Amino acid sequence: MTIEELQDKANAIREDLIKMLVEAGSGHSAGPLGMADVFTALYFGGLVKYDPKNPKWEERDYVVLSNGHICPILYVAMAHAGFFPTKELMTLRKLGTRLQGHPHRTALPGLETTSGPLGSGTSQAAGMAYALRMDEKKNRVFVLQSDGEQDAGNTWEGVMFAGKYRLSNLTAIMDRNNIQIDGNTEDIMPLEPLKEKYEAFNWHVIEIDGHNIEQVIDAVNEADAIAEKPTLVLAHTIPGKGVEFMEKDFAWHGKPPMGPGEAMQALEDIHNLRTLGGKIVSEHE
Amino acid sequence: MINKKAHLVKDLFSEKIEKVPTRNGYGEGLVEAGKKNKDVVALCADLTDSTRTKMFKDKFPERFIEIGVAEQNLVTVASGMAAVGKIPFVSSYGAFSPGRNWEQIRTTICYNDRPVNIGGAHTGVSVGPDGATHQILEDIAIMRALPNMIVIAPCDYHESRKATAAAAENGKPTYIRFAREKTPVFTTKMTPFQIGRAEVFRMGKRVTIVACGPLVYEALMAAEEVDGEVIDCHTVKPIDQDTILMSAKKTGRVVTVEEHQITGGLGGAVAELLVEQHPVPMRRVGVRDRFGESGEPDELLQKFGLKAKNIVAAAKELF
Repeated sequence: MTIEELQDKANAIREDLIKMLVEAGSGHSAGPLGMADVFTALYFGGLVKYDPKNPKWEERDYVVLSNGHICPILYVAMAHAGFFPTKELMTLRKLGTRLQGHPHRTALPGLETTSGPLGSGTSQAAGMAYALRMDEKKNRVFVLQSDGEQDAGNTWEGVMFAGKYRLSNLTAIMDRNNIQIDGNTEDIMPLEPLKEKYEAFNWHVIEIDGHNIEQVIDAVNEADAIAEKPTLVLAHTIPGKGVEFMEKDFAWHGKPPMGPGEAMQALEDIHNLRTLGGKIVSEHE
Repeated sequence: MINKKAHLVKDLFSEKIEKVPTRNGYGEGLVEAGKKNKDVVALCADLTDSTRTKMFKDKFPERFIEIGVAEQNLVTVASGMAAVGKIPFVSSYGAFSPGRNWEQIRTTICYNDRPVNIGGAHTGVSVGPDGATHQILEDIAIMRALPNMIVIAPCDYHESRKATAAAAENGKPTYIRFAREKTPVFTTKMTPFQIGRAEVFRMGKRVTIVACGPLVYEALMAAEEVDGEVIDCHTVKPIDQDTILMSAKKTGRVVTVEEHQITGGLGGAVAELLVEQHPVPMRRVGVRDRFGESGEPDELLQKFGLKAKNIVAAAKELF
């Protein structure tokens, strides 16, 4: 896909995201919207190797979603990639669904881990990367992290481990959207300077605008070229990106658009993005 | 009467009985499993010598991974390794793993259904001088509550070795607890061992003594005095219902014995079983809602009422 096609894809994904959240009546909005461009780049920009017809394909890359609560965006990306029919998105969070409120590996083929409790994904991804390297396998491991889960000790245990063992087959992508449930990250528990912290733990760090798909692609390719250490792609994003009344407001961290009014407004915002040529206007640019 | 099929040592109550820590059996079991399957890996959180993981490390250095003092990382890295086909054994003191990293075990190993094996060393008050922080008495309870988790408390060196080797092959999340001190080696290579199947070590008529861990030996001594039937219930979860119920129906009385809190441990598990299936008068020998303390191992077993004489007294309350 061209960059323009990818941007259009990202917005189509955003539309399905809003529809599924409205149908579910609960779930997280801001994080998934903010990561729509990153997930689009990963799944449709040729960055992640996968086979939707054979989710356990030996040569696949591993995508570990550490911040499980943004799973709606993973689900939509997977559905668009062909892992399951898009109409199944409407079962999110309902009794008997494969799309659990937080992702459960054994429920849905294509998921690599079960997650939700924050701070454990980086270590699991590091364990995968370590074991794959033991067997001289070429698969890459991606871990998607939130900034809020940088509060967790387990995150830094994993970061320290990956740094020690120079796990260059591991790429972390952090959703640096500056919000968590209780407020802004720097008020809740200051995280900066994140870049320097990761560098001190022997990681390579690339800072990007997480809404610029070209930058996402370049960063993930650069990470692949770094042979001696793991890479963090520090993706600056706007929570709720694409839906104006949700953007940058931590109140939308953990709730969906409610009722026809909010749903219509959200879809209209995204539609406007698409008619503007699919161009997400980012303040980071 | 000792069950001949249990193949226990001949001079069972000799003062010269060989004593070896159960954790040594773990180390040897790890090596055995490692020889058999190249996918077996061992991870340790800065306690490689005292958990006996060192035996594996010396033999297979390329399959040993040092994690440092980071028990949450210990089990989550292991979960990731299991995801790509490894059979990890993670070792620390029980107080820290599963003591500190329970949620990670719950989510990334049990719910995520990854065959990670967790070795908890230094369990029980018999850890001794280190004191209560290092004497985990709640590990069976917290592991037993988890869906998908298998819980084993081996009674001696040989059983520890067999349990470790068996865990490498069962394809399930498994917790095995070990003791620090040297304890009697009273089973043999010939003694049967199967995860989930309790073994009757001694046949008796008046009371069933269900025990786990090294205190099975105390139970055998106590049984001599009260004509007890001794069941080595090494697998606390899933518990061997048939063996326990059959014996309880025969004797009509049950005493449980464990170096663990009586709530949530073996005593709890047996009480749950009996109260639903075949209620009989019962006593639980174990730690009663308190923490351990510093002291010599045997002094502590005396103080906490975990010796043969305490088992005899508990049984006699039922007569």
